[in-house]
Amino acid sequence: MSSTDPGIAAPSYLTAGEPGLAGWLLTHDHKRIGILYAVGITFFFLLGGIAAAMIRINLIEPQGALMSAETYNKAFTFHGVVMVWFFLIPSIPATLGNFLLPLMIGARDVAFPRLNLFSWYLYVGGGLFTIGALLLGGVDTGWTFYTPFSTLFSNSHVVLAVVGVFVVGFSSILTGLNFIVTVHTMRATGMHWFRLPLFVWAMYATSLVMVLATPVLAMTLSLIALERLLGVGIFDPALGGDPLLFQHFFWFYSHPAVYIMVLPAMGVVSELITCGVRRQIFGYRFMAWSMLAIAVIGFMVWGHHMFVAGQSMYAGIVFSILSFVVAVPSAIKVFNWVATLYKGTIDFHAPMLYALGFIGLFMLGGLTGLFLAATALDVNLTDTYFVVAHFHYIMVGGAVMAYLGGIHFWWPKITGRLYPEGPARFAAILMFFGFNLTFFPQYLLGYFGMPRRYHAYPEPFQWLNVLSSAGASILALAYVMPLCYLGWSLVRGRAAGPNPWRATGLEWTVPSPPPKENFALPPVVSEGPYRYRP
Amino acid sequence: MNLSPPSLRSQLLTLLALLALLGLTIGLAFLPLGALNAALALAISAAKTLLVMMYFMRLREGHPFLRVVAAAGFAWLALLLAFSLADYLTRPLLPLP
Ligand code: HEM
Ligand SMILES: [Cu+2]
Repeated sequence: MSSTDPGIAAPSYLTAGEPGLAGWLLTHDHKRIGILYAVGITFFFLLGGIAAAMIRINLIEPQGALMSAETYNKAFTFHGVVMVWFFLIPSIPATLGNFLLPLMIGARDVAFPRLNLFSWYLYVGGGLFTIGALLLGGVDTGWTFYTPFSTLFSNSHVVLAVVGVFVVGFSSILTGLNFIVTVHTMRATGMHWFRLPLFVWAMYATSLVMVLATPVLAMTLSLIALERLLGVGIFDPALGGDPLLFQHFFWFYSHPAVYIMVLPAMGVVSELITCGVRRQIFGYRFMAWSMLAIAVIGFMVWGHHMFVAGQSMYAGIVFSILSFVVAVPSAIKVFNWVATLYKGTIDFHAPMLYALGFIGLFMLGGLTGLFLAATALDVNLTDTYFVVAHFHYIMVGGAVMAYLGGIHFWWPKITGRLYPEGPARFAAILMFFGFNLTFFPQYLLGYFGMPRRYHAYPEPFQWLNVLSSAGASILALAYVMPLCYLGWSLVRGRAAGPNPWRATGLEWTVPSPPPKENFALPPVVSEGPYRYRP
Repeated sequence: MNLSPPSLRSQLLTLLALLALLGLTIGLAFLPLGALNAALALAISAAKTLLVMMYFMRLREGHPFLRVVAAAGFAWLALLLAFSLADYLTRPLLPLP
């Protein structure tokens, strides 16, 4: 199976190639580009995290402990914009995806290595605009940039922020394009579609969404800039426009975009679980097809964000039904993971803890999505903390847990070092508790009627807000821990060897860290993935 | 994929056809045909789009898979328009109280 001869020690990607900073900033190696992204998104995660901390500190007291209403608006807008576009969307695809996709399909690199580097520069460029908007005084529209506020009323730096998101959008379009072409054209001999690891299927489905949805975001944001700067009537009713049109366009992108965040997480979890129970995945084809189904049906549900926005009732009914339909393939995935675990011997190492955490939190997030998709219930719950809790369960509880699980799982491959297992397990468990303490109270707050996006609230909501803020401080601690022990392992960690988890998959057949060219000889594949046990 | 460069002839013919259709659109705008005006204008623009896709974007000679990709882009645009219109067109069915 393996065609790499460990006897010939090709220099690893970390040492081969141009030395110094230029060797990184001008690299075409998908593995180095993956690391560049990892550095970028870690930076933005910290920035977004600081904004989140400010929000949670402010909400400890009913009248707002820290900020004026205006500053508060800017804080949650910055938090949302950064976390969505500069952390979550690139997180798994651009880091783990870039690093692993070619290795998993037995290729030397992605199809367009230069374009890949260019995507990173777009990401950084977009980030500079967004940080620029912050430094000049911030934006107060919320990450959703709803019109007419964003075009007619907001006095903040909307255009600058919108340009930043526009630019970073092209980074994700180009990454998606690159991945699609790579999967189509660069699979190793014998690696047919149904021998692909599910992580590759996840990257493929995600890339389709990136390519088909993100242009609509770019167009929509340009229209905002057009109306704001030139007064072209697109969303302004006084000029013959329609403010709701913005919401249609925005959610046509942004609902599929939530699947850009969660599909890669599903791919990661499929790899972690099969290795953790040492089993073939239950229902491989169902798992692959359900990801494609999610990607496609996910495009037909956007109106569930507009039930009370003035959308026609009939459209609301259709979008409600389709939202229930998209839960079916998601549920298939959860059932199949659980069936894979059933009666297995589970190895509770840190990546597995993250994967199990993902399943639980994704389930709670997905099920409350169905609450919100029920039109009658949504009338009460929309724009409350219930919605905030719903999407944080999926995006933070699900996607971030999976991202960290993946980072731990592939850390030995990426760096060649083993991380210390004890602190890693402790951090994973702490994160699970911190997360639930932060966000479960928000379900209750929303259910009791606390609206989102206010800097102050009535007294009776205080105890739940204090619980949530306390949880946030635990969560922050749990996020800092991996930074410390993973950093430590870079210097002091034991050498990992090519395959510390005894996992299947082509990436484990090459040395850790992999050589620049990945495979000494092009691999030939004769079996499907997950050959752990029948 | 290696396509030979497009012939000047086909490029020019396509351009002329597009300009002729443009002329037709302008001409029709002056005829009072009622609702038919919009329908004809849309039909002509659809024809122009097809010409651009087939000849300028060279999908006619392209690999079938390439055509599928282009069609997918179009289908997705149609999805956006169809579901958005599903909202706008059904609003009058239930007048606001
Ligand atoms: C099981 C499928 C899902 C269903 C049925 C669903 C349903 C909904 C509904 C109906 C809303 C609108 C609530 C409102 O504003 O009143 C909503 C909001 C949201 N959902 Fe989901 N959801 C699902 C999965 C997801 C996933 C997988 C993610 C993220 C990865 C996600 C992220 C969001 C976000 C970000 C919002 C709020 C956006 C905002 O207004 O700021 N949802 N969801
Ligand atoms: Cu949605």
